[in-house]
Amino acid sequence: MKSHNYPGRLFIVEGIDGSGKSTQIDLLYKWLIAQGYSVFFSEWNSSEMVKSTTRMGKRKHMFTPTTFSTIHATDFADRLENRIIPLLKAGVIVMADRYAFTAFARDVARGVTRRWVRNLYDFAPMPDLAYYFRVPLEVSVERILSARAQIKYYEAGMDVGLSDDIKESFRLFQGRIMDEYDAMTQEFGFTVMDGTLPIEDQQREMRAIAQSVLNSAPGLRRTPRNSGMTEGGAI
Amino acid sequence: MSQARFYGEGLPYMRLGELPGKLIVIEGTDCVGRSTQVEMLRRWLEERGHAVSNTGLTRSALTQAGLDAAKEGHTLGRTTQSLFYATDFADRLENQIIPALKAGFYVLSDRYFYSVCARDVVRGADPEWVRSIYGFALVPDMVLYMNADLDHLVQRVVNGRGFNYWESGMDMSMADNLYDSFCAYQARIMEQLNRMAAEYGFFTVDANRTADAIFRDLTGHISRVIGDGGGDS
Repeated sequence: MKSHNYPGRLFIVEGIDGSGKSTQIDLLYKWLIAQGYSVFFSEWNSSEMVKSTTRMGKRKHMFTPTTFSTIHATDFADRLENRIIPLLKAGVIVMADRYAFTAFARDVARGVTRRWVRNLYDFAPMPDLAYYFRVPLEVSVERILSARAQIKYYEAGMDVGLSDDIKESFRLFQGRIMDEYDAMTQEFGFTVMDGTLPIEDQQREMRAIAQSVLNSAPGLRRTPRNSGMTEGGAI
Repeated sequence: MSQARFYGEGLPYMRLGELPGKLIVIEGTDCVGRSTQVEMLRRWLEERGHAVSNTGLTRSALTQAGLDAAKEGHTLGRTTQSLFYATDFADRLENQIIPALKAGFYVLSDRYFYSVCARDVVRGADPEWVRSIYGFALVPDMVLYMNADLDHLVQRVVNGRGFNYWESGMDMSMADNLYDSFCAYQARIMEQLNRMAAEYGFFTVDANRTADAIFRDLTGHISRVIGDGGGDS
C-alpha cells in the first residue's frame, strides 16, 4: 500500500462488527456534506459487478479462505478502479466503511497468511485517515447478539470450524479478528477511537481529527448544492 | 505428485496429506491446438489404465455467471479482472483439481495460471504482483508448452473458427481490425509465455507440426517424466 498524491482525501473506518464505526462514519459524512464538500461514500462489498457472485457463494457456502479473500479483493478493486480513484483524482473526499484492513483481519482469521493478503491489496492507496474503533470484545458481541435475530454463516466464521454453536463461533471468530486489528494498529498507523465513549464524544474527536487533514488539502472540490454521492445503498 | 508443493504461500488452512494423482498441464496460446492434444492424451492415459480428469480454463461454478456478465459490460477494470480470474482459478484448484489428485486421478489441465498471468501482464499488471497472488497454486508434475509461430496460429485461425474479439485482444485498442490486433496481441502473449517457460521449467514442444507429431513429443515427455509409458503404475 502506497500513499497517494491525489487532490482528494480518503477517510476510512475499521473495527469489528458492533464497534459503532458505521454510526460514526455516517455522522462524519453528514457533517462534511453540510460543510459543502463533495463527498463520496463507498461501502465494503458493494460492487454491482461482483455482488451476485459473492451472494451466491455465501448462500451456497462455496467459499474457501482463498476464494473468500480473492472475491472480496475483486469487489474492492472494482470500486477502486471505477469510483474511488477517479473521484480522488477529481478532488472528492472519499469515505469508506471498511477498507483493505478488513480483509487483512478477517482473511487471516480465516486462514490465509498475512503476507499473501497484504500483497493481494498492494494496489490500494493508503488512506489519509484510518479510524479504528476499538471496543472490548464482549461489548461488541453483546451489541450484535442483542440487536440481531440471526448471525450469518460466514460472519460467524462457521466455515473455519471454531465451534458448532453459531454464537460461540461468532465470539471466537471476532476475537481472532480483533487480535489482527490490534496488531495492525502500529503497522498502518490507525487513529484509535475508544468505541465505549458516548457517541457525541467520539464524533467530536473524529471531526477534529478530520478537520486537521482537511486544512492541509487545498484541492478539495465543493458541491454547488448540499448533496453527497453514495453507492451500495443505505449508509 | 505425492507431497504437495506450492509456488508460494499455498493453502495453509488445508491439510493436504498425500496426493497420489498427477497434475499435467498443457499450456499454449489461443488456437495452438491444445484441446485436440488434451483429448488425445486423455485417451492415451486411459488406455494405460489411468483415470483422467479434464479441467481447463472454463469457468468455475462460483465465478461463471459473474465473470461472463462482467466481460459483457465495459467497466471491468484491469485489476478487477485479474482478481476475478484468480478467484476463478482458486475455485477450480480447490474444488476440482485437488479433490481429483487426492482420489489418484491424472489431471490434464488445459492451461493453468500461467496463461492468466500472461494475459494480465500484457494488459499492464505488475508481473511480480500477479505471480505472488498465485502463490496458492500447486506446482504441477509437469507443464507441456505448445509453442507455435504467429503465422502458424493465423493459419489455424483462418481455417478454423475465425478471429474473435478476446483472442485478438480487441479490448486493448492496439489496432482497428481483428487481424492486426490478433497478431500484435498474440505476439505479446507468447512473449510472456516464453518467458515463463524458462522461469517455470516448461517442456516446450514445437506446435508448428501435425497433431500426430506433436502428440508423439508430448507422450514422450510424459513417459520420461512421470516414468510411466506402460500400464502398471
